[in-house]
Amino acid sequence: MSIDALSAILLIPALSAALLAILPGYRLTAKLNVAAALATFLTSLSLFVVEPVSGQYLLMDDLNKVFIVLTTFVSFTTSVFSASYIQHEIETGRLAPAFLRFYHAMYQTLMFAMNLALVANNIGLMWVAVEMATLTTVLMVGIYRTHEALEAAWKYFILGSVGIALALFGTILVYMAARPVVGEGLDGMVWTVLVKHAAQFDPALLNVAFAFLLLGYGTKVGLAPLHAWLPDAHAEGPTPISAVLSGLLLNVALYALLRFKMMLAVNSEAIAPGPLMVTMGLISVIFAALMLYRRRDIKRMFAYSSIEHMGIIVFAFGMGGPLANFAGLLHMTMHSLTKSAIFFAVGHIAQVKGTQKIADIGGLTVTNPALGWGLMLGVIAIVGLPPLGIFMSEFLVVSSTFARAPWLTVILVLGIIIALGGLFLRIGAVMFGEPKGKTAPAEASYVPMFTHLGLVLMAGIYLPPVLVTGFQNVAKLLG
Amino acid sequence: MSSLQFDIAHLLAGSLVLASFMMLYQDRLYALLNVYALHAGVLALSVAWQAYVQQAPHLYVTALIALVFKAIIIPVALHRIIKRLGIHREIENAIGIGLTMMAGIGLVALSMVVMLRVTPSADALAREDLAFALSVVLLGLLIMVTRRNAVSQVVGFMSLENGLVLAATGAKGMPLVVEISVAFSVLIAFIVIGIFLFRIRERFDSVDVQELDRFRGERR
Repeated sequence: MSIDALSAILLIPALSAALLAILPGYRLTAKLNVAAALATFLTSLSLFVVEPVSGQYLLMDDLNKVFIVLTTFVSFTTSVFSASYIQHEIETGRLAPAFLRFYHAMYQTLMFAMNLALVANNIGLMWVAVEMATLTTVLMVGIYRTHEALEAAWKYFILGSVGIALALFGTILVYMAARPVVGEGLDGMVWTVLVKHAAQFDPALLNVAFAFLLLGYGTKVGLAPLHAWLPDAHAEGPTPISAVLSGLLLNVALYALLRFKMMLAVNSEAIAPGPLMVTMGLISVIFAALMLYRRRDIKRMFAYSSIEHMGIIVFAFGMGGPLANFAGLLHMTMHSLTKSAIFFAVGHIAQVKGTQKIADIGGLTVTNPALGWGLMLGVIAIVGLPPLGIFMSEFLVVSSTFARAPWLTVILVLGIIIALGGLFLRIGAVMFGEPKGKTAPAEASYVPMFTHLGLVLMAGIYLPPVLVTGFQNVAKLLG
Repeated sequence: MSSLQFDIAHLLAGSLVLASFMMLYQDRLYALLNVYALHAGVLALSVAWQAYVQQAPHLYVTALIALVFKAIIIPVALHRIIKRLGIHREIENAIGIGLTMMAGIGLVALSMVVMLRVTPSADALAREDLAFALSVVLLGLLIMVTRRNAVSQVVGFMSLENGLVLAATGAKGMPLVVEISVAFSVLIAFIVIGIFLFRIRERFDSVDVQELDRFRGERR
């Protein structure tokens, strides 16, 4: 088998994971981690130039191209942030150098698992990849070995496993539905084959299968009421992992869900998956928005904000249609960029102040202007104020669905506004209040954060036509 | 398919559900592990019978994995862990046993109703298998929910995975990819759990999840 870009984006992280597992010295390995992530990102860009051939196991179409480029880009910038974050953790002794070898190997393994989930053409393989991504993040969340970190990892592990088990049951049911039509063996799990023949599948079986898949992968997306693991995992793990979890892993689970939604859409007798997704999305938005008001831990607060935004995205995809899908895709991209930028800022802030408690952080714009204003810009973006990208995507979500379901859209807007109030209420004192906590200057790497925020700002003002047509193609594909 | 073949498959899958019920009311850790070993043994028999009926030799591998790994190695290893951690005590249930059993019966009824209704066109063996498998999965979830002890939650999770293997083998001709992955995931899950248990012990001198729960939620 010749090595094309498709297998390269899997091979680079896999090989670097093996390499990083044996190399000592965190300075060198942190640099190698960045280099490997950059190489994967550049390779993913080449997918636009040379279209690789899809096979029985790997698949490449317009949909996963968007996801892959976003994933590899954010993992690259996060690895840059991670390098400076880790250095501080070593200096303060929160992490032993021995753990870093493990940390970097796991980082690349996670990249491998996410890329595999995105390019898998086999629903069994996709399941294995999502499971692998879950297990690696469980290990990373527990890396600090504190009470809280262990509890968070345990909770994440148990809930994640249950979710993943339900998803496997759903996958088996899909195979059962496919078997009478496409025959026994490998073909019954190849996604492209399944979609081609889905119209003849037994609709009742498909319905039950989708219920299991929605619950299973929905747990990983962090949809309420299956979200219980998410705030803990975000708050207690290392911040680069919070950034990757929020910015990428939730998207990967969503991607799996979208693939099955596309399959169900082909079968006219099966239930429409849309209303289910819309309901869960709206519940997540409202629930997370209300939860924002009582947060005391800054990372947990942004974790709840992630639940809210995943809710908006699932709502948009659930409504369906070219416009809403376009809005959902754009919102997903903007959310990934913004939320990881916020976590970059929060990570450095927590290091400078030595705490994650909102009450103990104050007056950031005075003590650490660059970090403070960076976070402020991120928060302005994430609550959806103009002229940043999320304003535009949220506006598109609302305007594209208002004509079809005014009442649902009103609920959505209400949730967005409640969330805006909650975030501003909590963040005000952190930004402008009395300076509190240590005031040491931060040794931060600002480049990843401001790159992301710059992109979000740019998208809010001007979307390149290439991007628009690309997203429109994907939106059509999603139906 | 002859009716004898069907009856035996039915018997074995039904026994798996029974074994799940037995796990529900165990109140000692060692007893729970023994029942789990029985559970995995029944699963191995059931998978082997499927392999014979479907003439699918690769399923014998799955049966062997279930027998050696799940029915022998894991219970023995967990026995040792329990001894080393010094936790011989009784399992605390979150809700009473009577209530748990009633909930279990309800879940089995639910899975029968759901699965038998949506699979009228599938062949009888696959239908029954799937219905039983869903029961085992749901009972596994119930065990996880009703137990407070980390080890018994893990056992609950493993019995849930057994249900998944039953479903995967019942689906005729399902590609080997998934069977390997199921075994593989159990292996990884076990390693992860093992590491966790040791760390939990290092930190808490206990594997009672309630100890962990003290730290739940927001730090004040």
